[in-house]
Amino acid sequence: MSKKSFRQAINEALRQEMRRDPTVILMGEDVAGGRGGSAGTQDAWGGVLGVTKGLYEEFGETRVLDTPITEASYIGAAAGAAVTGLRPVAELMFVDFVGCCLDQIMNQAAKFRYMFGGKARTPLVIRAMYGAGFNAAAQHSQALYPLFTHIPGLKVVIPSSPYEAKGLLISAIRDDDPVIFLENKVMYDVEEDVPDEPYAIPFGEANLTREGDDVTIVAFGRMVGMANEAADRLAKKGIGCTVIDPRTTSPLDSETILDCVADTGRLVIVDESSPRCNMATDIAALVAEEAFDSLRAPIRRVVPPHTPVPFATVLETLYMPSVEKIEAAVTATMNHRVTEKV
Amino acid sequence: MQIARETLLRSYRAMRTIRMFEERLHVEFATGEIPGFVHLYCGEEASAVGVCANLTDNDTIASTHRGHGHCIAKGVEVAGMMAEIYGRSTGVCRGKGGSMHIADLACGMLGANGIVGGGPPLICGAALSHKTLRDGGVAVAFYGDGASNEGTTLESLNLASVWQLPAVFVVEDNGYGEATAASFACAGTQKARAAGFGMPYIECDGSDYFAVHEAAGEAIAHARAGKGPVMLHVHLQRWYGHFEGDAMTYRAPNEVAEARRDHDCLKLFRERVTQAGLFEDSVLDEVDAAVTDEIEAAVMQAKDDPLPQSADLLADVYVRY
Amino acid sequence: MTPDITPITMPKFGLAMTEGKIAGWLVEPGTQVTAGEELVDIETSKITNTFESPVAGLLRRHVAANGEMLPVGALIGIVADAAVADTDIDAFITRFQADFAAASDQPDGAEAADEPVMMQVGAHSLRVHDRGAGDGTPLVLIHGFGGDLKNWMLNHAALAHGRRVIAFDLPGHGGSSKDVGPGTLAFFADVTAQLLAHLDLSRVHVMGHSLGGGIALTLARTRPALVASLTLIAPAGLGPQINMDFINGFIEADRVRGLQDVLKYLVHDKSLIGRRMADDVLRYKRLDGAEAALRQVAEACFPGGKQGDDLRPVLAGADVPVTLIWGQADEILPVVQADGLPGSVTRHLLPAIGHMPQLESATAVNEVVGAFIGHEVATA
Ligand SMILES: Cc1ncc(C[n+]2csc(CCOP(=O)(O)OP(=O)(O)O)c2C)c(N)n1
Ligand SMILES: [Mg+2]
Repeated sequence: MSKKSFRQAINEALRQEMRRDPTVILMGEDVAGGRGGSAGTQDAWGGVLGVTKGLYEEFGETRVLDTPITEASYIGAAAGAAVTGLRPVAELMFVDFVGCCLDQIMNQAAKFRYMFGGKARTPLVIRAMYGAGFNAAAQHSQALYPLFTHIPGLKVVIPSSPYEAKGLLISAIRDDDPVIFLENKVMYDVEEDVPDEPYAIPFGEANLTREGDDVTIVAFGRMVGMANEAADRLAKKGIGCTVIDPRTTSPLDSETILDCVADTGRLVIVDESSPRCNMATDIAALVAEEAFDSLRAPIRRVVPPHTPVPFATVLETLYMPSVEKIEAAVTATMNHRVTEKV
Repeated sequence: MQIARETLLRSYRAMRTIRMFEERLHVEFATGEIPGFVHLYCGEEASAVGVCANLTDNDTIASTHRGHGHCIAKGVEVAGMMAEIYGRSTGVCRGKGGSMHIADLACGMLGANGIVGGGPPLICGAALSHKTLRDGGVAVAFYGDGASNEGTTLESLNLASVWQLPAVFVVEDNGYGEATAASFACAGTQKARAAGFGMPYIECDGSDYFAVHEAAGEAIAHARAGKGPVMLHVHLQRWYGHFEGDAMTYRAPNEVAEARRDHDCLKLFRERVTQAGLFEDSVLDEVDAAVTDEIEAAVMQAKDDPLPQSADLLADVYVRY
Repeated sequence: MTPDITPITMPKFGLAMTEGKIAGWLVEPGTQVTAGEELVDIETSKITNTFESPVAGLLRRHVAANGEMLPVGALIGIVADAAVADTDIDAFITRFQADFAAASDQPDGAEAADEPVMMQVGAHSLRVHDRGAGDGTPLVLIHGFGGDLKNWMLNHAALAHGRRVIAFDLPGHGGSSKDVGPGTLAFFADVTAQLLAHLDLSRVHVMGHSLGGGIALTLARTRPALVASLTLIAPAGLGPQINMDFINGFIEADRVRGLQDVLKYLVHDKSLIGRRMADDVLRYKRLDGAEAALRQVAEACFPGGKQGDDLRPVLAGADVPVTLIWGQADEILPVVQADGLPGSVTRHLLPAIGHMPQLESATAVNEVVGAFIGHEVATA
């Protein structure tokens, strides 16, 4: 056990799984970096943000493959390799680039097993970074997990901390289905204690990061940290919040969400993806359908507006959910008074 | 081909403006005041300027993540660009796009682009507009050696040929896509790719403004004449990292130094025009001084300009909703 | 501390409680209370509990108001004689609050010294928590099947007065390496001996819980010179019966939901098993190799669903003091296994307590153990 950053935790998961299983390979743009360059270095980058640094050195060019800038072909190649015996981990860099290769994910990898009558296994992992907060503007800041969650056949993972990232990535690599693994780019330097040994966190089981009786907050990825902070502040005011980190949006641990809503009667969902047809609407629908009678106040969603992600800091800050916005939503649900119909 | 004095002076000024704009950004970015990330075009100025000197506002270009040079060459206001990069409401995109999304449709600039390979398909569409509307315009896609491998680019080459579009595909080959060398990532040759799609191919030295101007002139004339698309392959060197912050450990230590010494398009331009007796050094020095002032003013103005307002967040998602 | 002022502090209910909310005072200031009288309702994340007055006396102050959320140990009220001046109470409160604040925001560096560390002992990498100092014979704590050193969280510091108290994670458990060799009691006793050698300890009190009790007994058999006394809490080895639903369920559970149910076998008061506790257990259980290690231990120690080692003869022949503690409501190892032992063994059978008295009845266990090893030191 030692303090590791989100970046290190992911790197360690990749390294340990590659050591354990020789069929695990890595591919993507500049995952090594520097191929063919005049300096003769073969791993100058280790990914744009250094997440795969050092893996080329240990595993060489047959296991760590730099690709040309051709998402459609290498993501498709990863899917093809996955159904034929390898366990590729393909890095898409920014999740926004899925626009260039969605067919290979949506129509190919996601559907093999079902279309082929259960005869295919596609142990594919696609890693990509998501999220606003870096002034990376409209084409490099999206939180596209609802898009993937929408597609049957894909599993979708959103780690909320270094510990979660390592255990969930190891599960993703060992999983026999295609998994989209989304890393919030603002979190790479966040540190916490992470075991040195490999460990696998199962999919479909939510984690409760805070427990309280008044309000249930469901949050994803980076939003979990914000929700925790809001819960801590609210606790000082005597409002107890349960914070649920679902870990995976597909499969979704609806049981835990429903249990907690049954206990608290109030629900706030924090989702940094665009507000229409996102995880917040999905969970709101679930709760409205299955736990209507336990609700003591309307469900509240802390989500961005229905706009592309703006560039300027002032606008981006306004766009993003925040601790204050979460606090305000929780307070609003606490203040709600049911008016009896006469 | 004889180039008008006026054009030459304008081109020199544009190249100098790009150079100073980028060098200033290099400095300002390091202070942490500029949000997001920027990709600098230093060393590649003659490509954008040499091509755009053959275009008018009626023609369309599509650019890349490394787009400042194309914008300036196509006539986008420097002050508005700087303000945009600083995220001000006075920016050409009102602070909503930033460095990677500077666009000005009024001067035929379809936008820098955060998506590698995003431009070439758009240029097929722009060329289709020019062709259908018979406005005499030509559409030019700038894209890198890295982008030349994207499916969208290769599909666009095919489509432009199939539709015989007035389009020019300018491969700005600076030898690298991020940290990966073109020699590793590009199979075959650009020339063979052009041939494969049945279009003419011209190549030139991108540090020589005159060579680019001539080659581009030929390509654009071909397209404008309705003879179909052309590929223009420009050989370049990038002087800074892929983006600001890239230590460029993948390049030999002397590579950039040599490029700066031997392939500086501004130095080469000045030598040529002064030796030919076209301009006195003093005339060019005056341009340099004027540009220095212009960049300084743009930065000061940008830092001072108002930030976007909260109402701007919701504006302009749709024309009407 | 002023003798006639008694602070009432936020109690710790359950195993993972760190803070509680004053749900409502039941007694107003100015009221005379008896020890054990219901004083205040405290709400934790899942349950509301009534806190009973630890002392008799006059309740003078509510320091914490209804609705306030406070960490465990924070001052919530004052009991003091009517003769104590209000100013003295004020001064007391001020001092208490200052001390409490200082204690709760200790810099990281100061705490780091009192943390478990990793030690390489032979082929094993062991997580060891060594606390306390003094001349007293050191005490070693050996946890049970599936446990780890956190099983002693309510005892470890309490016992570490005037002596070192060393808790560690057995191989295959907690933060220690996962190779458990044959997984037998003899193997674990051997590793324990190696750890003691590594720490330069030649004679120690040994306290073992459950499987750890079996390990302690095995150690007393194979290396009697090392063992100054034995404290056995619901130890293995005293009868064949064992709840295999617990053992197998524990091995197989990989989710909070399933594991929480299995953990309930461990205690009599089921409300003690919170989600957080299951989470903590899972953090270790999901490490690669942990499940295989547990399977190996279960196969070696409980072949055919019965305990394989009979250690009663060790007790018969032991010439060191032995104390036995057992919860009468134990659902893992039945308390009848405490019967029929030599008269030299002191037995403490705790009513309405399950398999983990050291957690469920920590105060009682700490008292028994403190008196037991304290006495032994004095006469040695
Ligand atoms: C679809 C897509 N894939 C990857 C990227 C990340 N990326 C940004 S620039 C770049 C390299 C582009 O190389 P090249 O086309 O040669 O242009 P240069 O940077 O050399 O000007 C990459 C891979 C992106 N922005 N879009
Ligand atoms: Mg390039």
